[in-house]
Amino acid sequence: MKVDFKRIKPYGDTMDDGAVQLSFSLPVPCGEEAREAARQLVAKMGMEEPQVYHMADLGEGYTYFIVYGKCTHTVDFSSIRIPKVETDRMDFYGINRFIRERIGRKVVVLGACTGTDAHTVGIDAIMNMKGYDGEYGLERYPGIEAWNLGSQVPNEELLAQAIERNADSLLVSQVVTQKGVHIANLTQLVELTEAEGLREKLILVCGGPRITHEMALELGFDAGFGPGSLAPDVASFIVRELARRREEKERTGS
Amino acid sequence: MNGKLRLNPDQIRRARKAAARIAADVDTCIGKRTTVAVERTVLRLMGVDGVNLDGVPLPNVVVDRLLEKEGLSAGAATWVVNASLHYGLSPREVAEQTAAGSLDLVSVPRAGRESLLREGSRLAAGGLDRIAARRREREEKIARLGEGKKPYLYVIVATGDIYEDIVQGKSAARQGADIVAVIRSTGQSLIDYVPYGTTREGFGGTYATQENFRLMRQGLDEAGEEVGRYIRLCNYCSGLCMPEIAAMGAMERLDVMLNDALYGILFRDINMQRTLIDQAFSRMINGYAGIMINTGEDNYLTTADAVEAAHTVLASQFINEQFARMAGLPAEQMGLGHAFEMDPDLEDGFLMELAQAQMSREIFPNAPLKYMPPTKHMTGNIFKGHIQDAMFNLVGILTGQGVQLLGMMTEAMHTPHIHDRKLAIENARYIFHNARRLGEEIRFVPGGRVEKRAREVLDRAVGMLEEVESIGLFAALERGMLADVKRSRTGGKGLSGVLEKGEDYYNPFEIELRKRLGLGGREEGSAHESGLQTN
Repeated sequence: MKVDFKRIKPYGDTMDDGAVQLSFSLPVPCGEEAREAARQLVAKMGMEEPQVYHMADLGEGYTYFIVYGKCTHTVDFSSIRIPKVETDRMDFYGINRFIRERIGRKVVVLGACTGTDAHTVGIDAIMNMKGYDGEYGLERYPGIEAWNLGSQVPNEELLAQAIERNADSLLVSQVVTQKGVHIANLTQLVELTEAEGLREKLILVCGGPRITHEMALELGFDAGFGPGSLAPDVASFIVRELARRREEKERTGS
Repeated sequence: MNGKLRLNPDQIRRARKAAARIAADVDTCIGKRTTVAVERTVLRLMGVDGVNLDGVPLPNVVVDRLLEKEGLSAGAATWVVNASLHYGLSPREVAEQTAAGSLDLVSVPRAGRESLLREGSRLAAGGLDRIAARRREREEKIARLGEGKKPYLYVIVATGDIYEDIVQGKSAARQGADIVAVIRSTGQSLIDYVPYGTTREGFGGTYATQENFRLMRQGLDEAGEEVGRYIRLCNYCSGLCMPEIAAMGAMERLDVMLNDALYGILFRDINMQRTLIDQAFSRMINGYAGIMINTGEDNYLTTADAVEAAHTVLASQFINEQFARMAGLPAEQMGLGHAFEMDPDLEDGFLMELAQAQMSREIFPNAPLKYMPPTKHMTGNIFKGHIQDAMFNLVGILTGQGVQLLGMMTEAMHTPHIHDRKLAIENARYIFHNARRLGEEIRFVPGGRVEKRAREVLDRAVGMLEEVESIGLFAALERGMLADVKRSRTGGKGLSGVLEKGEDYYNPFEIELRKRLGLGGREEGSAHESGLQTN
């Protein structure tokens, strides 16, 4: 089957059939009018032959739909460029060896769920001794001094701890957010580190289900890690970036 | 009672005895202290409510003023009741005048001790009678409307806007939910006051305020009348304002409260003395109001591995049970928590989940266990997630859980959308209905995997509880024996709100609650001998 990468469309069982499944609710009472509204709405999304396969009354004048349609839009896959964290991923042993050989001291990493966020699953997956999905967390790395400050840490507190512990890198996790509060919170941290004159010294990393590397760069972070990232991804980036900065400093400084 | 797992009753007795001593030891220590939150609760129960011109709640204004004037060790009631008697004002009016600056509580001429106690106990009786009336109201409604079958279907709303919450809660009730919980704004557990009035903005949830409680209660009552089933309302009795939330919930007829003795210490870094004192008073109120508490053992598994840390969940259930008993809360109101959090890729993981749930059921036969859904291993693959939730529901019905906190396929993605809840309820109703009596038909192979697993978890819990007992709970927390988190006795948030009770300390509500709950005074039969047993 030949794929036209300049004009790709969703695939169901036939090339370019455009098959898409959708589910959503509308604030209208359940009935034939509701079904028609869902159908029309999906047509406006650019779907041909919208089919409402399931409709359910949610009460309070709301209705739920499962709709299939054939998407008419295409995208040019060949022109897509996504900035990625450009680091070769090392494993646990490789990272520790890298630290021994290229940095020669322990790398201090502070992790926290900042602001109002109380969901530590993400930061725990990266930091905890036990780790996640078969990968040890940073606390297990002999070359890394890892401090997990937990949840709901104010940015000011994180920064105070960073100064006290002479941190090399800050890991900020943002999991559950509402109305974009994580953006404001992440931006504030960058501003605070700048105000304290620490931005150059610190490697700022953020992560979470809604974080992308591109967005992290936009906010002034050094890297962003989305869902599925594990400790070695984060650690590889940190140690290479730290080594890069040190070597650059040595070159320009001396 | 050997049950399906043939658990060793001697091991269960040992665990319970150790937990009873752990709780009794703590009780002796916390009996000598009070907190700003307890004192604010006393004021709320006397009818003090509202805010001053700067928006500070009046209970905070009064308690802060008494702290400043070094009068709080006598208890807020001492001063407010005294001023009430002297000026012939209600406690609320006394608080309003204190806030306005026209009344100085500590310089009001002191009434005789006897008339103070008489007025105090009159106010306490009045306050508690109001709570008893709300409890009767619940009982009447349930008798008239009926209620869902257990496991109750428990769903969460979390829009941040109480009016939007009401729409979502009513919709959930129509779809079959039995309990609607309003998730709190994530910052709330660490603020040392309860916000006032209706709120329409929050972070990851809606602020718990008395007015929000009232509005949601009204909405669910309406939905309950329409669907012909009593709909329970749940909120969070945790954080720095734990007992105040209990009082507000009791006054607004909430039915279920998240309320854990150790959660705040371990997972919110609240000072251990503060939380342990606050939980004791809050549980007396919850107990008296007929509110089911839900404990937070599921949290042990969000950081630790569910297979390895299973015994910590059981140990915490034993400890929570004993703290609840000391506060006069009957077993029927103890929604002890546990969770379905094992890695779905684990071979025979389902068997271990089954063992854990069945074991909890058999060890706490009268408690309406609260079963928490998978969260840690939910991935954003909503289709797989829906099946994980189905497996969880199957264990729930098979083992006779009391409260099933329904898993959402969109867990770890966003707060539930209206149809996420619908799909979750559909999932649970299908499985509960379709497999209603499966548990009655199932026996486990003697010496088989399920039985062995349950025994192993119980044995490890006994070991852990006896170790904690030997050094005491405070020391165990300091050493990080629970949830691998080390907490110091004087660290954490809220310690400045803990104070020693003075000679003249007076809390008429605690006295009246102890009387009505049939609890003895704290001094009698203290630590290390009164091994409270539940069966």
